[in-house]
Amino acid sequence: MYKIIKYILTDILRNKIIIAYILVLLSISLSIFALEDNVNKGLLSLLNLILIVLPLFSIIFSTIYLYNSSEFIELILSQPIKRKIIWIGFSFGLSIALSIAFILSIALPILIFVHTLSALMIVIVGLLLTNIFVAVALFACVKIRDKARGIGVAIILWMYFSLLFDALILFLLFQFNDYPIEKPMIVISSFNPIDLARVLVLLQLDESAMMGYTGAIFKEYFGTKLGMSISVFILTTWYTIPLYFSNKQFDKKDL
Amino acid sequence: MKCFHFIIFLLLAPIIAFSGTIKVGAGELVHSIKQAIHLAQKGDTIIVAAGEYREGNIVVDKQVFLQGKGMPVLNGQKKFEILSIKANGVIVEGFKLVHSGISAIDDFAGIKLYDCKDIVIRNNMLHDTYFGIYVQYGINCKIINNTVVAFLKEEQQSGNGIHCWKSDNILISGNKIMGHRDGIYLEFVSNSVISNNHSIKNIRYGLHFMSSNNNKYLSNYFIGNGAGVAVMYSNQVQMINNVFKENWGDAAYGLLLKDIRDSEIKGNHFEKNTSGIYMEAVTRVSMEHNLFINNGWAMKIQANCMEVNVTKNNFLGNSFDVGTNGNLVLNRFNNNYWDKYEGYDINKDKIGDVPYRPVSMYSMIVEQNPTAMMLFRSFITSLLDKTEKLIPSITPENLVDNLPLMNKAF
Repeated sequence: MYKIIKYILTDILRNKIIIAYILVLLSISLSIFALEDNVNKGLLSLLNLILIVLPLFSIIFSTIYLYNSSEFIELILSQPIKRKIIWIGFSFGLSIALSIAFILSIALPILIFVHTLSALMIVIVGLLLTNIFVAVALFACVKIRDKARGIGVAIILWMYFSLLFDALILFLLFQFNDYPIEKPMIVISSFNPIDLARVLVLLQLDESAMMGYTGAIFKEYFGTKLGMSISVFILTTWYTIPLYFSNKQFDKKDL
Repeated sequence: MKCFHFIIFLLLAPIIAFSGTIKVGAGELVHSIKQAIHLAQKGDTIIVAAGEYREGNIVVDKQVFLQGKGMPVLNGQKKFEILSIKANGVIVEGFKLVHSGISAIDDFAGIKLYDCKDIVIRNNMLHDTYFGIYVQYGINCKIINNTVVAFLKEEQQSGNGIHCWKSDNILISGNKIMGHRDGIYLEFVSNSVISNNHSIKNIRYGLHFMSSNNNKYLSNYFIGNGAGVAVMYSNQVQMINNVFKENWGDAAYGLLLKDIRDSEIKGNHFEKNTSGIYMEAVTRVSMEHNLFINNGWAMKIQANCMEVNVTKNNFLGNSFDVGTNGNLVLNRFNNNYWDKYEGYDINKDKIGDVPYRPVSMYSMIVEQNPTAMMLFRSFITSLLDKTEKLIPSITPENLVDNLPLMNKAF
């Protein structure tokens, strides 16, 4: 397994696209901190990057990489190695490679320029989101054989999580305007890792705006240590569950 | 005959000795303040030495100067009102008043002024009193440099720090008030000045103004109060150089204005409040040179406000600049600096060439549906805001700063 992880890791990290990705994000985050005199504002700009660009890149890159290595997968399958180990090797290889890219490009500048709890929170959330979207990509790939359809589904999934889900929530909010829906909304927000991540970080950053009634209820839940650990736990299940199902699927898939 | 003179001298001796000043203390002839007041003549000075005095309710019914040396403690034993002042021209200085009684019927206070003129209350400390300093029908009174602290948790069970009722020409200056229901409460008070006070962490409002006309409040600090500062049903109020900070909560405002007319809000500093200013039914008010920094909403201005002039203010780092609840706009925004402004200035006159609309679509949505706050800073809301900026449909078209500044106003 370690050998497969090592193969994939070195393969991805030598990839020019990944290097370009690291350089572009690194220059963006460095210039944000260099231009902005208010560090918290810099964090907010980076938050947008983390919530939109990071998932998009993770999911698309992983899907394309997996489809492109289908021949390589078939080659290893001819060796006496268990399927589970191959798949886990692939998923960990991708996760680790993209996490390294995230750490080098965004997490490091954040940790160098900002030394607050919110900075740490953003880094944790960014790492989790990267891995979650790798897992989602793995699941989509193993379900769909056709490459074009697979990439299409990946893009739609990203659109769903970053845009459509929120539009749906806005619609629901107006439909149930007359009811006390703050608490159900906490539950609903955990159906979308991006929303959950955003609320978690914002509660650390924009205290005053979030301190309204809704903010108070959110704070009551997400602001406590228990709430925070529960939401981080939910985010990790967003990683493990797609991974588990993709693994199961790959195990019995006819290649 | 000589003998007779001597006897008369002996009889008069106490009076001669006491006139002017009366000393009270364990080592002195007079042990209680009540006795001293009883003995005192109009205009006398009563000097009270350090120590604890448990005398129940002390009524000051003569014009005297009550002076504490070394902070003598007057203990109300949680049963009594401590000092009741019922004469004109009384000065109270240098006392520590602790543990007044609590009563919802009698409004017990640390120091209460009943219907009197020219009173000075200065340099006292009040700890754990129900009401701190209570002025009832006072005229020309000064309340200076007192520290008023209470420790109660519930709104119903605590009184106000400095409470003025139907008074005129009051000066409240340099006081520190903490932990009361309202820090400073004024009702039917006119021609008064409230300056340089620190009103911190009170349960309800830092300053509460009801039906009080022609007042000024200058250079006060209002920090961390339950609901900020409320000014209601008053005319001609001047609010200058105050600091409103860290008033957090759904019904909390830096400054709440309701039914205010012909007033001035100048040079104030609003920082980290859920709403910096909330205005309802406000008419003819000018707002200049205020700084709004890191608030949730810098201003919430309801559609029933008229002729509010907002000029030359700085809006920095607020989540929302302006919120409103309708499409009617009868107020003017001009020459403000908005850090969210994205326009340009071709002719270099330091005024942006494109108008700025401080109300975002998302802030309108949140106004109607507070739970939508959970979508704050999400992709969809910024998308909505951008489209709304290009083609305004929901946001009021007239709420616009036509001459936004390119640089900070001050």
